Amino acid sequence: MTLTATPTPVPLPMTRVCALDDILPGTGVCALISGQQVAVFRVGERVYAIGNRDPFTGANVLSRGLTGSYTAGGQTRVKVASPLLKHAFDLDSGLSLDDPSVSVPVYAARTEGGDVWTGSLA
Amino acid sequence: MSTPIPHLVIVGNGMVGHRLTEQLRQHAGPDVLRLTVISEERRLAYDRVHLSSHFDDPRPNLSLATDAGYREAGVTVVTGRADAVNLTAKTVQIAGWTLAYDALVFATGSFPFVPPVPGRDARGCFVYRTLDDLDAIREAAQDTQVGVVIGGGLLGLEAAGALRKLGLETHVVEFAPHLMPAQLDAEGGAALRRTIEAMGIGVHVNTTTQQVRTDDAGRVTGLDFGGGAGLDAGLVVFSAGIRPRDDLARAAGLTVGERGGVLIDDTCRTSDPHVYAVGECALHDGRVYGLVAPGYQMAKVAAVNVLRDLGLLDAAPAQFRGADLSTKLKLLGVEVGSFGDAKGVTPGARSVSLSDNVRGTYSKVVLSGDGRVLGGLLVGDTARYSDLLDLTLSGTPLSVPPETLIVPPLPGGAVSTSSDALLCSCENVRESALCAAIAEGARDVASLKKCTGAGTGCGGCVPSLHGLLHSELRRLGETVTNHLCEHYPYSRQELFDLIRVRGHTTWDEVLDAHGSGLGCEICKPAVGSILATLHNELVVAPQHAPVQDTNDAFLANIQKNGTYSVVPRIPGGEVTAEGLIAIGAVAQQFGLYCKITGGQRIDLLGAQRDDLPAIWEALIAAGFESGHAYGKSLRTVKSCVGSTWCRYGVQDSTSLAIRLELRYRGLRSPHKLKSGVSGCTRECAEARSKDFGIIATEKGWNVYVGGNGGVTPKHALLLASDLTEDEVITLLDRYLMFYVRTADRLQRTSAWLENLEGGLEYLRAVIIDDRLGLCAELDAEMQRHIGTYQDEWAAAVADPAIRARFRTFINTDARDDGVQWVDERGQIRPADHPHFYPLPMLGGD
Repeated sequence: MTLTATPTPVPLPMTRVCALDDILPGTGVCALISGQQVAVFRVGERVYAIGNRDPFTGANVLSRGLTGSYTAGGQTRVKVASPLLKHAFDLDSGLSLDDPSVSVPVYAARTEGGDVWTGSLA
Repeated sequence: MSTPIPHLVIVGNGMVGHRLTEQLRQHAGPDVLRLTVISEERRLAYDRVHLSSHFDDPRPNLSLATDAGYREAGVTVVTGRADAVNLTAKTVQIAGWTLAYDALVFATGSFPFVPPVPGRDARGCFVYRTLDDLDAIREAAQDTQVGVVIGGGLLGLEAAGALRKLGLETHVVEFAPHLMPAQLDAEGGAALRRTIEAMGIGVHVNTTTQQVRTDDAGRVTGLDFGGGAGLDAGLVVFSAGIRPRDDLARAAGLTVGERGGVLIDDTCRTSDPHVYAVGECALHDGRVYGLVAPGYQMAKVAAVNVLRDLGLLDAAPAQFRGADLSTKLKLLGVEVGSFGDAKGVTPGARSVSLSDNVRGTYSKVVLSGDGRVLGGLLVGDTARYSDLLDLTLSGTPLSVPPETLIVPPLPGGAVSTSSDALLCSCENVRESALCAAIAEGARDVASLKKCTGAGTGCGGCVPSLHGLLHSELRRLGETVTNHLCEHYPYSRQELFDLIRVRGHTTWDEVLDAHGSGLGCEICKPAVGSILATLHNELVVAPQHAPVQDTNDAFLANIQKNGTYSVVPRIPGGEVTAEGLIAIGAVAQQFGLYCKITGGQRIDLLGAQRDDLPAIWEALIAAGFESGHAYGKSLRTVKSCVGSTWCRYGVQDSTSLAIRLELRYRGLRSPHKLKSGVSGCTRECAEARSKDFGIIATEKGWNVYVGGNGGVTPKHALLLASDLTEDEVITLLDRYLMFYVRTADRLQRTSAWLENLEGGLEYLRAVIIDDRLGLCAELDAEMQRHIGTYQDEWAAAVADPAIRARFRTFINTDARDDGVQWVDERGQIRPADHPHFYPLPMLGGD
């Protein structure tokens, strides 16, 4: 059993990551901000940002996961599945859908004039 | 100014001391509790359990705490050794400073015990406790070839592993008659010894060191065992147990045990109401724990109670009532498990054991007179550890003969010793637990995974989970849906037909027309595969890339640390000397680990994503394309040398294998496809364990279908015999096309064939007798696949937009600093990242 500490999100400055067009719809890219790896996804009309490290495997791969949706409590939510062992994470909350005690850090993400920005939640 | 807030001082910053700060800060922030930690080592807390990985290259970061982390958590760190504690004044003295406390916790740990052997202080003698000790050992190891560890307990063997990593000829000297005397019995110790000796480590049990030999300069030269026996060695590590560090507490007047240790009660409080002790310095119920897990439990208990004392927590007092000492660990690569009354000291206990000195395993269960499991030992194979520990802890009487608990499982799970089969061996989940979950409402594999944990390890049992779910639901009289997932109310085959008939060419069209939501990791690759089978467009094209699983998205195999492996296509395993040199040069240039695969190809592992295009360019320049060693597609066609070289060969198997691999390369299918061609019935290509296999006879070729290795091995069945090469090709074209169009998601050819109504006879009727009139269409489909095949890797490197997707970061050229390598047998392998297993920390008892 791996003991996965709840990640303490490191404060990150709001940073311009790339142009929105640099991310294929439905996919993610990885940005390096103040030494932290941030997975940035373009799903539907929105962009999302979470930590890039898969807490189940310790590898920096979440940006390479397949995005998708799932239904919980009658609501449609968005998720990403890690490419390694397919553990899925909610993109809004960072919570693991497989183990309620595990989560990844969530960062703010927005588009501004065709650019994608991300950083710590205010 | 605000009112003064209470001050808690922790003496010691090891694993347990650090855990205590975390526990405290979880409940009380810096605004309500002042927290000071006294750390004697110049490093903050680090993972001592994985101490020996300090010798890996690159050196892993074992730190558990950082200055910045403590700063952020509002913890003051004082580096130095506490000189005195005044319990009356409630102060700690440290290098001329006086710290006043409201509560104090001792987390001073232990020190290694060095037996009073003459010469034990000589240059070249060490203990194995801190990173500084390890650095000193590393330096000394450069000047010598032989190292000895005195002590064959847990930590001693850990230290032996470290010396071996440093390249020394390594010996272990144990005073007791066998290794790990605290945990193992004689038989278990002997099994462990055999395995360790086979690794080239010298083991000397029943051996007392009488003297450490030194030269004139006071340097270690070896050990004397008496009676003329001894060992020459330039480095000696003492690992003969631990002693609690209680000197400070003792001097302050706290009660300590007769044999050491600060006495604590169940709340972890010492004899002074304001002082607690946790970890290896503490004595609880007559026992000092040399393990990290009980230490962590004590930290949790002490945190709650000390916060209650300070009025910061409104909760019931927490209690430490001793710890279960069952352990499972890997020492020098050998699995060892010990649980409950492992040595059978309970009056009236009997034991059943099984020792296999070929496999190097030993298993034992200790039973009470009335047939309950009291404990046991496992050496070499701990697969049954959790099951047996469960039985021990639950104390339920056995319903099966005890010997069945320790016989190794039958191969392939073909026959189970009980009707309650173990379906998931990673998570130890049995059929009964899964059936219970289904009865309680689990209706898909995802919920089965969630409530039982099955299928969340290696994933090899997921197909069995599907099968069990379906048969169980049918048994319960419920409708079984074959829906792909929540986004598509169709099976793969139904969706295949829809896509083909409606002529959809992209994921977006398919989702709009037939699906809902945004899709997921199940339906996206499935639809991607169907589109690829039907249209054979570049899978990395922008309209297709977002639905590809990572391997198809990056045209290579992802490995555990997020790097990829590249497997150049070598049809039939035939490669020129120039080709071999070119592959070697690529591996050398990009620092890749090389391994010959089971499918007679060369695996190049450890490629960083941003190097992939350049690697492919180099391979393409040498005449190779990269190969499909990933995804649901044709992998490889294995072959022997056949009649060209072999004195038994009757047909040219290599040429046919090459022809088949080139013909079917790039074919996307419901599951991976493997093949083999053997030049005679001796079957050196193992063709009958493949999805399609061809075996030569004097009269031509025999075609076998529906075999596979994997979790449920199946021998392929004879479809047709004595065919010409062209007849083989026609038959295989139809077989493969029929399979890719009609199989379910992730259904291999063996399961597909079994589920085909009419089985092999029906398959023959369809693809040989053309009973459905489909043959011409199947032939044309395969022709189209072959006609539209393109080298995906060449296409990817030629397109700057696709190439850009291989960058590690979108905003910088940096590389992933999480990818770390260690050296093993002269090549790289991924560094293990530290896990917090509750492993024993120290030897002795």
